[in-house]
Amino acid sequence: MNNIWNFFKGTLVLTARGSTAYYCWVGGLAVLMTLGAGAYLVQLNDGLIVTNMRDQVSWGFYISNFTFLVGVAAAAVLLVIPAYVYHWKPIKEIAILGELLAVSAIVMCLMFVTADIGRPDRFWHLIPFVGILNFPQSLLAWDVVVLNLYLSLNLGIAVYYLYNLYYKREPNKKFTTPLLLFSIPAAISIHTVTAFLYNGLAARPFWNASILAPRFLASAFCSGPAFMILVFLLIRRYTRFQIKDEAVQKIAELIAYAMFINLFLLGAEIFKEYYSGTVHLAPMKYLLQGLHGHSALVPWIWTAMIFNFTAFMIFLIPGTRKNNTTLVLGCILIFIGVYIEKGMGLVIPGFIPDVLHEIYEYIPSGTEMLLALGIWATGLFVFTMLLRVAIPILNGDFHVADDGIGFHIGDNMFFLSRADREKRAMKTEENPPAEPSEQP
Amino acid sequence: MCNKTTCDKNNAFQKSRRKVLKGLAAGVGALALPASNASASVWEAFFQKHFRELDKTELQQVLARLEREYSKEFGKDVTVKATPPIEGVKFGYGLDLSRCIGCRRCVYACVEENNQSREPQIQWIRVMQLEKEKGVFLDAAEHYYNPAEVPEKGKFYMPVQCQQCENPPCTKVCPVQATWKENDGIVVVDYNWCIGCRYCMAACPYGARHFNWNKGTLTKDEMNPTTHYLGNRPRPSGVVEKCTFCIQRTREQPGRYPACEEVCPVGARKFGNMLDPKSEIRYLIENKRVFIFKEDLNTQPKFFYFYAT
Repeated sequence: MNNIWNFFKGTLVLTARGSTAYYCWVGGLAVLMTLGAGAYLVQLNDGLIVTNMRDQVSWGFYISNFTFLVGVAAAAVLLVIPAYVYHWKPIKEIAILGELLAVSAIVMCLMFVTADIGRPDRFWHLIPFVGILNFPQSLLAWDVVVLNLYLSLNLGIAVYYLYNLYYKREPNKKFTTPLLLFSIPAAISIHTVTAFLYNGLAARPFWNASILAPRFLASAFCSGPAFMILVFLLIRRYTRFQIKDEAVQKIAELIAYAMFINLFLLGAEIFKEYYSGTVHLAPMKYLLQGLHGHSALVPWIWTAMIFNFTAFMIFLIPGTRKNNTTLVLGCILIFIGVYIEKGMGLVIPGFIPDVLHEIYEYIPSGTEMLLALGIWATGLFVFTMLLRVAIPILNGDFHVADDGIGFHIGDNMFFLSRADREKRAMKTEENPPAEPSEQP
Repeated sequence: MCNKTTCDKNNAFQKSRRKVLKGLAAGVGALALPASNASASVWEAFFQKHFRELDKTELQQVLARLEREYSKEFGKDVTVKATPPIEGVKFGYGLDLSRCIGCRRCVYACVEENNQSREPQIQWIRVMQLEKEKGVFLDAAEHYYNPAEVPEKGKFYMPVQCQQCENPPCTKVCPVQATWKENDGIVVVDYNWCIGCRYCMAACPYGARHFNWNKGTLTKDEMNPTTHYLGNRPRPSGVVEKCTFCIQRTREQPGRYPACEEVCPVGARKFGNMLDPKSEIRYLIENKRVFIFKEDLNTQPKFFYFYAT
């Protein structure tokens, strides 16, 4: 018990330390979080009328963000599979960062759902035995279960692992490996359940297509890893943590496959709707071409399509995949592309035209955007804090002191200064990095 | 009499203060509540059990509390009943498309009877103007038609409200069972249990469910004081509501017809007990050309459209 308390104390001290850049970053996030909290207070006071959602379009920006972020969370598994199923070392070293990303993404998911519901004061109605969780009838009840399960699973594994490293103990593999392996179906389940949540509604032909769940998974395996590559490149540039090129390359390769499947499934969907040309074509027409003069989503979805396709080409061609500049570009394009396609591009056409074919065009209100920004900032804050603790532990810069009680902090900056980075670059030039490790 | 402007100012201040408190209560939940608002009924409301889990005495307490609150809020004697379904009754509704003239009297009679918010106005009935040439082709539906006179040449009118499905897709999806089908076939919502996730609205193929995007407005004069817990009692902000076949009227003995049925000037609306072989609704189902809306979805509505002529 004392050990846990000492570890916790140490992490508090550690997260409070950092370079000016670190303080600026965290301070900036705090400002955005405050703005978001303000927007939420306004919404609590005045009701959801401050959003632009109405009876015709009853879910909007919040649920779009939620859907996208479930994908990001699920994608952490793309690191666990090569690391723990194929025992590939370069990724094993960084798999924990994927789990931390999953934790942060799920935190954002839960916040977006909370922001969306009309009576957050009644959240306890969802708690089994205390309230009434309509399980297994309601897919939303399933989502509550699997999201919380996945959150505890990832948080549990990561904390247990880091805690043991901190105390310079080898984590018990008999405990972690089964949990890690279990996190693979759990990741697939959170995304499948979220897809089924839409999929099961016969009233909404746009969602009522059995291709939805596979499409969800395919796009998740693009956006999540793309974000992870960006984070990895930032981490290895601005912190002391080193991430091997081949790990990044392997992930990029997986993204290329996933994006191919995603584009293929999308094409299959478009073909079916357009060729059969039933009344169920209307929502897709609204999305891609506009309907009866309403076309708010059209420029967005085509941007997404172009981004996704360009990124696919970048990741497919080895030359551009291996070039860091194009790699970064590809990741950004994918992240934005999938954010549009899987967010607003998926949720809104479910409601336009509505079930009686009325068209109410929806664009998020200022309050919605501010609140969403606040939640994103909170997610990034959580992720930053988790990394602030995890990276020094992995580097051996944060561990229990020799007396076995106090803590040792060897990394007071977190973000390296420019001088440090230049010094490191010089050193690498003198001693080129070790030969690439074995292939999986 | 106090000076009007100061009065307004005070009211506005009190109102905004109350709103802030309510916001706090909603956000922080249990913690912030009792200290800032001493009224015990807030606690009671917060911890109130699901309607179907209340025993007799608890139900009486809840109804008494609500009557107290509403009477105070609206300055008149408000009754809140919880009359259960009548044994051997399953309600059905018939709508004669050949008679409907699209006057929307049903829409407004419903609003008045069922205490919907007036601003923004929530309407449980939507009348679509369709083209005779195209039939029930929703893509050509006009929802906000507003000519000087109805009916217009070449058009027909199709009112849509909750179809009280036997196989309701909306109740299935509710994560907290806040909405369900009663034994007389009416689909109801416990406004004190609904968390406002709006999944049921996404699931409903008829656009029959409506959300209280804010507290809404309902003046003392407009308020109908004869209410039912599962029906037309005033709704809080942030919950879903819907047509209940005027449960506060139709479940009483002697009962009354739903407000929309009563007001229809051309007799296009029929209502009755489908289990009674001699009822009008049974006659028309058996003898007229009847269809149900969106039959392919297998929702099995108890709302029947028919052509009498």
